[in-house]
Amino acid sequence: MTDTPDRGSFVIAARQVIGGLFKGKTSEDGMAGEKATLVWVTNLSVLALVLLWIFPTLGLFVSSFRTGDQITASGWWSAMFPSEQTIQVRTADPDENRVEVDGGFYVVSGDFADDGLTASVGAWGVSSRDIGAYEPGQTADLGDGQTFLVNEDGTYEWRGTDEQISGRGQRVFVDAVVPPSFTLDNYNFVLFDPANSQGMARAFFNTLTVVIPATIIPILVAAFAAYALAWMDFPGRALLIATIVGLLVVPLQLALIPLLTLHNAIGIGKGYLGTWLAHTGFGLPLAIYLLRNYMVGLPRDIIENAKVDGATDFQIFTRIILPLSFPALASFAIFQFLWTWNDLLVALVFLIDSSGQTTVMTRQLVEMLGTRGGDWEVLATSAFVSMAVPLVVFFAMQRYLVRGLLAGSVK
Amino acid sequence: MASVSLNGIEKNYGAVNVIKGIDLAVEEGEFVALVGPSGCGKSTLLRMIAGLEEITAGEIEIGDRIVNDLTPRERNIAMVFQSYALYPHMSVAKNLSFNLELSKVPKDEIARRVDEAARMLELEEMLERKPSQLSGGQRQRVAMGRAIVRNPSVFLFDEPLSNLDAKLRVQMRGEIKTLHKKVGTTSIYVTHDQIEAMTLADRVVVLNGGVIQQVGTPMDLYMRPVNLFVAAFIGSPGMNMLDGEAASRDGTPVVRLPGGAELEWQPEGQVREGLPVTVGLRPEHLTLEGTGNSLTGSIDYVEPTGGLTFYNLDLGQRPHITVAISGATDMRREGPMTVSITPDLVHVFDRESGQRISV
Repeated sequence: MTDTPDRGSFVIAARQVIGGLFKGKTSEDGMAGEKATLVWVTNLSVLALVLLWIFPTLGLFVSSFRTGDQITASGWWSAMFPSEQTIQVRTADPDENRVEVDGGFYVVSGDFADDGLTASVGAWGVSSRDIGAYEPGQTADLGDGQTFLVNEDGTYEWRGTDEQISGRGQRVFVDAVVPPSFTLDNYNFVLFDPANSQGMARAFFNTLTVVIPATIIPILVAAFAAYALAWMDFPGRALLIATIVGLLVVPLQLALIPLLTLHNAIGIGKGYLGTWLAHTGFGLPLAIYLLRNYMVGLPRDIIENAKVDGATDFQIFTRIILPLSFPALASFAIFQFLWTWNDLLVALVFLIDSSGQTTVMTRQLVEMLGTRGGDWEVLATSAFVSMAVPLVVFFAMQRYLVRGLLAGSVK
Repeated sequence: MASVSLNGIEKNYGAVNVIKGIDLAVEEGEFVALVGPSGCGKSTLLRMIAGLEEITAGEIEIGDRIVNDLTPRERNIAMVFQSYALYPHMSVAKNLSFNLELSKVPKDEIARRVDEAARMLELEEMLERKPSQLSGGQRQRVAMGRAIVRNPSVFLFDEPLSNLDAKLRVQMRGEIKTLHKKVGTTSIYVTHDQIEAMTLADRVVVLNGGVIQQVGTPMDLYMRPVNLFVAAFIGSPGMNMLDGEAASRDGTPVVRLPGGAELEWQPEGQVREGLPVTVGLRPEHLTLEGTGNSLTGSIDYVEPTGGLTFYNLDLGQRPHITVAISGATDMRREGPMTVSITPDLVHVFDRESGQRISV
């Protein structure tokens, strides 16, 4: 959940891997058998990764709609199907409900559904030693003329003498098929319950407050820088590019304390502004690098034509380069969004103070693990709340993710 | 509209000297083609005129202004690129109006000019389309339309037809010629295709190695190439080049070929006997009918192309010569063949200097 320190080198490596796979697929040389093997390896790895991702995500999602008892009783994978459970029920109190029928016999009849048994009845029994002794609709002989009948719909009839039909109600064990049941209570509790001091609502908006500017600012700055580095001639350009590539591999942790000292010294202190600046700074090298590589691949003729058309550098940037770079901008925006959304380290260092008013979701989850470690339903729900936005972003923008990554590396 | 003149233009990339002093005057309204093999500096020269490339030395004048330090916009030129360079994210109409918008032309004026250009180039139907939805020829027309709308003083074309297929190229060549007749703007056209240069231009400039080889009308270049390079470059199929030496026969100047054959020619000035020369004979100037001044060889192979039939003739020396005979002649002809040429069509060049020495 902490920030990956060398995200730059990770992305470069990923690009090389993807580029390599594509080359392997398309290259003309090499045996056909090798290619087929490679395709298989690729497909199997993708399948493994997808499964590795799907199962925990789905598990969290399903668990967030279950009660704590359900989570303890059965796994999330069984939540979608009706489950067979043995339920202990008790008849109505005989002293109050018995009805006298023909000569000294009393009957207590009723419906277990009134006691909360919603499922249809399977096998049932009256003794804890043999809980599945009778079929529904079968009359059980309890000895001395005492009988008991449970129907499939949960209605029952208990017949016996004055002495037998008295005292406490008869205990019955029922095998019931319980339909799947889900609840929104967890979400209600986690998001909207004012009594919940560790609710996610405030943290959710705090995270948004961090993430949106921390995504937009670096993109704006980087787009300008990338254009200059790609298309404007000035002395020292190559050196500047080399420096930026060098900055890609500087671990974020190196700069945490000096930066915080600086923030305190110039009066920013702990707060959103400092966090935005930190995220911007740590995101810029990769942003500039990705965007420059993309922009440098745009056709030179188009830019020269714009110059002949009389466009200034600023007009070329805003009217030609920016619209054409949309895939790369979107792809970096997604990355930066996901990184800052999942960030804990930078928020801990630059944002969260003792007031607790500026806590973010990652921090909230960590706290919750400590204080409510056993409440799985609350943890699962909180975790899913923190995942929801990245999931939406990912699925809505996935084509830009792939296109932007490959841009410049595979032509 | 304006004239363009280049005075002593030079261009260096570091220590490499790619343009070595070019002087050229383009008249107002003239269509000039720059032609040469790849790497001869013709595109660089055009980009220097456009203002996309720094000028190392010399002056460029457009109209009466020296434009060396002016931006492309201030030079008021329009350029058509080889790749068309259409803005892929803008519709055709936006592509056409982009530079007018940049120069803050009023909206109704823009609409009027775009309509006019679209009508001239038959683009009215596709004004709302994106470039990716157009065919190659249509994109080419949009690129030209973009040049027309702004009413520039000079059109610059950088190999505008080389991305088109052969048939479309001929068609677009016609359209460019018609367009130039209609608008009459001074045009400079870069190409490596000598046919394009010959068919389009009022005057053709042949460049090689950063130096102008010859400037002249298409017929000038064809009939009187000043040196071996121009002679070999202009004309299709290429001129036959034969080594020989200057001699005289009964006071008539002739060129003696190694095989002993002699060709009469008309020298310009005095020519020393025994001077090693190269004779140039255009395949289409060699005829079967003429008498005298003839060469005899054996037919190696025949290439019919319909209108013309090419005979590959072995004169007993390298290289073989090509003879172009118009009309359907005997395709299966074999054995010896005698062709003749009138003395005024025999091009003779000093083999050492490469310069023309015949009239």
